[in-house]
Amino acid sequence: MRSVCMYFQVHQPYRLRTYRFFDIGADHHYYDDYQNRYLIRRIAEKCYLPANNLLLDLINKHNRKFKVSFSISGVALQQFIEYAPEVITSFQKLAATGNVEFLAETYAHSLVALKSKTEFIRQIKMQVDLINELFGQKPTAFRNTELVYSDEIGEMVNELGFKVMLAEGAKHILGWKSPNFLYNNSYQPNLKVLLRNFRLSDDIAFRFSEQSWSEWPLTAEKYVDWINAVDPKQPVVNLFMDYETFGEHQWKETGIFDFLNDLPGKAFTNSDIIFRTPSELSDLLESVGSIHVPFPASWADEERDLTAWLGNELQDEAFDTLYNLTQKVRQVQDPSIKRDWLFLQSSDHFYYMCTKWFSDGEVHKYFNPYNTPYEAFINYMNVLSDFSIRVDNWLAENPDSPEETIGKAYVNIANSIKKEAKSVENELKKKMAGKINDFNNLLEMSDKELKKVIKDIDADQIAAAIKDLGEEVEERFKKLASPKNRARLEELKNDAVDFTKKKVTEGRKAIFEQWKSFSK
Amino acid sequence: MKVLMFGWEFPPHITGGLGTACYGLTRGLAKHNTDVIFVVPKAFGDEDTSKIRLVNASDIEIDTRESIYHDLWKRIEYMEIGSNIIPYISPEEFENRQVIEELEHRKDEKSVLGRKYEFSGKYGTNLFEEVARYALVASAVAASRDYDLIHAHDWLTYPAGIAAKKVSGKPLVVHIHATEFDRSGERVNQQVYDIEREGMMEADKVIAVSNLTRNICIERYGIPAEKIVTVHNAVEPTGKEELQAGRAVKEKIVTFLGRITYQKGPEYFVEAARKVLDRDPNVRFVMAGQGDLLNKMIKRVAKLHMSSKFHFTGFLRGEEVDRMLAMTDVFVMPSVSEPFGIVPLEAMRSNVPVVISKQSGVSEILKYALKVDFWDVNAMADAIYSLLNYKALPEMFKKYGKEEVDNLKWENAAEQVKAVYDSLFK
Repeated sequence: MRSVCMYFQVHQPYRLRTYRFFDIGADHHYYDDYQNRYLIRRIAEKCYLPANNLLLDLINKHNRKFKVSFSISGVALQQFIEYAPEVITSFQKLAATGNVEFLAETYAHSLVALKSKTEFIRQIKMQVDLINELFGQKPTAFRNTELVYSDEIGEMVNELGFKVMLAEGAKHILGWKSPNFLYNNSYQPNLKVLLRNFRLSDDIAFRFSEQSWSEWPLTAEKYVDWINAVDPKQPVVNLFMDYETFGEHQWKETGIFDFLNDLPGKAFTNSDIIFRTPSELSDLLESVGSIHVPFPASWADEERDLTAWLGNELQDEAFDTLYNLTQKVRQVQDPSIKRDWLFLQSSDHFYYMCTKWFSDGEVHKYFNPYNTPYEAFINYMNVLSDFSIRVDNWLAENPDSPEETIGKAYVNIANSIKKEAKSVENELKKKMAGKINDFNNLLEMSDKELKKVIKDIDADQIAAAIKDLGEEVEERFKKLASPKNRARLEELKNDAVDFTKKKVTEGRKAIFEQWKSFSK
Repeated sequence: MKVLMFGWEFPPHITGGLGTACYGLTRGLAKHNTDVIFVVPKAFGDEDTSKIRLVNASDIEIDTRESIYHDLWKRIEYMEIGSNIIPYISPEEFENRQVIEELEHRKDEKSVLGRKYEFSGKYGTNLFEEVARYALVASAVAASRDYDLIHAHDWLTYPAGIAAKKVSGKPLVVHIHATEFDRSGERVNQQVYDIEREGMMEADKVIAVSNLTRNICIERYGIPAEKIVTVHNAVEPTGKEELQAGRAVKEKIVTFLGRITYQKGPEYFVEAARKVLDRDPNVRFVMAGQGDLLNKMIKRVAKLHMSSKFHFTGFLRGEEVDRMLAMTDVFVMPSVSEPFGIVPLEAMRSNVPVVISKQSGVSEILKYALKVDFWDVNAMADAIYSLLNYKALPEMFKKYGKEEVDNLKWENAAEQVKAVYDSLFK
């Protein structure tokens, strides 16, 4: 008996609008709403809705023996809710059959597993909650963005209580081993690992409509024969692919829906194939051993590594700049900042910056809004600059948020100094506008201001100006005067020098003039 | 294989990219076993003739009593020079030259048909006269030499190329380094246009320096597409030591370097500068060059209140250009129409990241450069700002840009030209 595990990836990022550097600090909307709506609606009509309907029919037609699994990113679900709610309804119908398993992944379809465990866990929880809310399932199987897997990532996933994780059956991981067995994580044997059979998966996902391919046209019958040709001792064939394969990457006209329609029927009549989901398989099969993946591997390109998203100078700078904000963003309570933090993490943004395919970028041009990786980088960095300013501003404006950091304390001090300087200035202006002839107004100035005003005034003039204003005023002026003036004031007082009315007026006038020149 | 090649200038006596390109091409062809007889209107004697045989048209005697010359002469009527046809030259240089030319021009018109004719080999007032005479000489050279095909560079030499073809019956290749539309915008000189078109029509194959230029030949001159092959220019390694110019200012420097004429798009550079300065005051802009739009640019810069951050250097030459590039952080070429555009390559070779317009031939071959539409001032400003502020980008361009330029070898371009030659004999 041979198990076949079909899992489809559903993900669409929030694509960014053209965001110029002069938008930084001025405009905080980052997304190309029109384009996102258009793409979601288009893919919904060409792929998600017809493919879901077909799967629902197949499940019902084959007496619920046909099973599939989905991983739908949080940002994709969010866009369905926003732009195509009927897609959600359609997935709910599938969920209701009981034959569809929904997997957990990171909400933002991010590569955060490589950067922050806390944030990784947070995003998975968000995603699990959303799946539970929409489809009434609490995922027990996990798949990471782009099937990125390493021993360490597996260990984290195990800690979160998942029993099985999906990964790429890359040659450089497996060596002579076959992807058609169940394995386990090399640190935590409790976590089972299912590996993608990339040849059979890509026969559908990439080669199906390739007329130069020697096997074209591919029929369900032929395909089932290939599955049956796998060594009988190997218990499972994992077919993992993007859901957009059906109707979008491979257009309806290529016959891809007919192929899918025929597949379960042929599987049931010509062989003893059973369709199963990842969690079922992890309960059913025994692990044949642990799989060692010291460096993260993915399902992309020939290299099956991370170089589609990370590695060139642009990607690394953008990625590091983004995740350097992790600590700060954690303190922010603002919902729009929280939301953008997630949307900006989608791996697609880094994928667009890849320079590997300068020559043949056909596969990667798909849905790519940028002509060159540089444009992708520039646009993303502009957005990130604005985002970073918003985070800093929020933290400055909300000094009481729980985790006080040294960085934030600095920001606060700097800002309070700025604020104080501003208020001095304003007050001075306000007073200028008022009755400047009343000398008593002068006395309302703060010490700081007054000190500044009388700094360059002759001590005799000061002494004259404050004649008859009382001990308190005298003391204050003495305190604020320059050391030299202070001595002279002391002297005049000791000598009990009297001032004529004229001298008093002149002294006050001098201080007034000085005050005026400062407030200009 | 032996090629009879007609050019208008040859290093070191050059006013622009044409002579340099011809020099690079002939050296590249030598590596592919192709000998070149290079005919210039005036040879000065200090040209590098290690790889080619240089023929000085001024030395060629022709017997004007022979009827063939009279027939030709009827076809190439005496032409007065227009004002707008100067290809690679600054207006001030042009004015200086005009004075000299006027003195020389007192020669009798008949001298064109004399036994010998002293070419100036410049782009002066009697340019058309020289072009015509050059064609006569070409036929004399064509009749007396042994070669397999004829190759003519730019319109000045097309009459010569056509004449040589008529005399010898050998196939003709014309090479388009620039069209009249690149030099004059929409106000084309009809005479020049006609010569260009005739050259392309008479030619067996046309080589264009970019797809951009190729398309102009197809769309504006009605030349059949299958007749035109694009061969991108290359650059000769300079062998110069890298200049470490000490910079006098602490701000970063963004540079425009080229003729300040409509075709080079200086106004877009000015507008982009304002946008960048609004956000980042820590930048200075430099516009190096001369041209009829210079005064307009100075006024515009003043109007935008950035004269203290925007500097005009006037015409730079030789080492001054190298020094300018050495202190530049971002080089911008916002050309409205640029058949190829060699300066960004020189900038990249000096480790300077570049922003170039999509309307330039060189943008077709560069990967490590930011490309924007010349009119998209926002995108241009954004590109400049990014290169100044997001360090990964200039670092990447410096790392790979020099290598990319070093790989644009004349040897490879010449191989493609050789393939064009070979196609004529199949």
